[in-house]
Amino acid sequence: MLSRLFRREKLDQGVEKSRSGFFGKIRTLLTAERPIDDDLWDELEELLIQADVGVQLTDELMERLRGEHRSGEIQNSRDLFDALKDALATSMENVAEKGPRKPLVQKGTLSCVLVVGVNGVGKTTTIAKLGNFWRNSGYNVMMAAGDTFRAAAIDQLKIWGERAKVPVVAHQPNADPGSVVFDALSAARARNADVVIIDTAGRLHTKFNLMEELKKIRRVIDKQNVPNVATLLVVDATTGQNAIVQAQQFAKVAGLDGLVVTKLDGTAKGGVIFAVTREVGVPILFVGTGEKMDDLSDFDPDDFVDALVGDGRV
Amino acid sequence: MPWWGTAVFENLSDRLTAVFEKLRSHGRVTEDDLKAALREVRIALLEADVSLKVVRQFIANVQEKALGADVLKGLNPAQQVVKIVHDELVEILGGGGATRINTAPNPPNVIMLVGLQGAGKTTLAAKLSLYLRKQGHRPMMVAADPYRPAAVTQIQTLGRQLDIPVFHEPNRKPPELAQDAVKQAEHLGYNYVIVDTAGRTVIDEAMMREVAEIRRRVNPPEVLLVADAMTGQDAVKVAEQFQAQVGITGVVLTKMDGDARGGAALSLRTVTGVPIKFVGVSEKPDGLEQFHPDRIATRILGMGDVLTLIERAQSQTTEEDATRLANKFKKGTFDLEDFLDQLQKVRQMGPLEQLLGMIPGVSQALKGQNIQVEEKQFKRIEAVIQSMTQHERRNPEIIGTSRKRRIARGSGTTTADVNKLLNQFKEMQKMMKMFSRGKMPRGMPGIPGMPLGRK
Repeated sequence: MLSRLFRREKLDQGVEKSRSGFFGKIRTLLTAERPIDDDLWDELEELLIQADVGVQLTDELMERLRGEHRSGEIQNSRDLFDALKDALATSMENVAEKGPRKPLVQKGTLSCVLVVGVNGVGKTTTIAKLGNFWRNSGYNVMMAAGDTFRAAAIDQLKIWGERAKVPVVAHQPNADPGSVVFDALSAARARNADVVIIDTAGRLHTKFNLMEELKKIRRVIDKQNVPNVATLLVVDATTGQNAIVQAQQFAKVAGLDGLVVTKLDGTAKGGVIFAVTREVGVPILFVGTGEKMDDLSDFDPDDFVDALVGDGRV
Repeated sequence: MPWWGTAVFENLSDRLTAVFEKLRSHGRVTEDDLKAALREVRIALLEADVSLKVVRQFIANVQEKALGADVLKGLNPAQQVVKIVHDELVEILGGGGATRINTAPNPPNVIMLVGLQGAGKTTLAAKLSLYLRKQGHRPMMVAADPYRPAAVTQIQTLGRQLDIPVFHEPNRKPPELAQDAVKQAEHLGYNYVIVDTAGRTVIDEAMMREVAEIRRRVNPPEVLLVADAMTGQDAVKVAEQFQAQVGITGVVLTKMDGDARGGAALSLRTVTGVPIKFVGVSEKPDGLEQFHPDRIATRILGMGDVLTLIERAQSQTTEEDATRLANKFKKGTFDLEDFLDQLQKVRQMGPLEQLLGMIPGVSQALKGQNIQVEEKQFKRIEAVIQSMTQHERRNPEIIGTSRKRRIARGSGTTTADVNKLLNQFKEMQKMMKMFSRGKMPRGMPGIPGMPLGRK
């Protein structure tokens, strides 16, 4: 319970910008005791689009809410507010509840967590945060510097590793990432690690050869018979509608088990993550809420929507 | 949305055609119908991540122009609206015209790079340096990001790779460091100084103050905002903050080699009023291109990118090659070796699905088809030809049953595959002979019959 409170507080801080931005405006709009008329519908629609929710999902949300209004379920703007929050949260919950998700890490069994994404979304920082988080929760953690392409990416991960006191397996720059992964998994077995987190080079989902390389990395992992393998896609919250295609392509190539949303602290929007979760059908597992190593929060749809939109009580 | 995306509609042109066709069946086209058309324009722009504020203003302008131009009385209102929208986009994006880098009255010319984390500032610093050196300048880079782990190492590594000096003094605050760098550049005779600053989130006031302080100290003629082409509705906010707190003179859009529509370009241009100077198109140091308003306008509207395709085709083939090839077509001496050569050139231009996506309309037609399979077929054809001797490639007619069996074994295919290729090639030769009887389109032999549809 305490940890839940603590998490909620961090999440609140992390999404403060979004809450005071467009989602906050939605709250203001709907808690102002206004009659539900065409103007209100239009304003709501525009705010959702401005929050990067996307035209398609916005249309669906609007249709659903208008339907509930016609049928009398929504009487006033306050009902509308609750119904919207509910619709947003369920759009993500359906995904989360699709099946019993295996925990990413377990003590005593080796788990391999592959972290992927386009350039500049914050993969390396996320890995450091995850490593730190799991280490502090008592797991035996290792990290693998699989981004052998970007200049100094290996050094960056090593520095984080030192700060988090997590060992890093690394090769020379431009080495084959597959071989880094192979070595990291062997080292993890030798040291009885619980989890190996693998960094990968940022790649645009449109680059055929780089996506093929990712497939290879995945094959290397699969051949090692690691008991638990999970791929996490890191998504930058400031990304627009392109985030959806990114997620679809990465899901196709590497198979996704979860999403990590970063830079929520820097955006007034973040609405695209609703569409992303829905499109690829995997849950958001973590949210990056700042630049420091412990600025990572795990994710609960209801808490998130509450934190984002506010609970509307004065 | 790219063509494999989830978008219900593909491009604006198709959508508008649908709107007007529905209307035309009821007879006259009215002003209300124009509103319906403009709604489609609005959705297209929003899906391309143009910010709502900018969209509203844009639509108002387009409406005025459309009414003024009396599009409703015209024969093809859909195409006219598309043209007005496209022209308006180009005009706004290209306002100010020149993409030259601003210079100072006295060198060194300082170029300061600012932007959010992960936008690609450090990569751009390297690209700009290389670009300037190719023009005969002497650039120096400054590592002014002491915060992100290994950021300094990153730029130093890039500097070493490209042989461009990097100025850095540990333990100095970025504003002083930048000032020292400029002095040193003056002293050593470098005429361009590129300052790579730390990435920041716009809400971080201390960091914003620091970057403003760097600007005050080195007084650069050029402050470039580096922005990710994939940015969503946030683009406006970011640009406004940097413009207000730091002051920028130009914008560089990065990661344009992805498939984001790049609506951020329109938002950034409208909000800041400064020109977009360059676009970043790959992870390699030479991946920097001039900004072409026309191309991004087409891209924002989801109408393909024929110009880029042609440019890529041109970069793969020389004038001589083209003439030689045209002659071969004419004489009917185009053989399997030439065919292989052409095939490889096409493949070097990029993945097939990306290339096809650049051609207007093709994306729609191919939706849902498995292009990856086609990619494999390409490889198979290559393997078959490569398993032939030079003599066989030049004289495919000598290939009999025994040779076919050998070729199939060598390429890991079956004799049926070899037969298929040979038959297809025969058909192709027949077609070429037909073309060469005066029906060959002039110009690019590599991609004949490309719909251009431009003025």
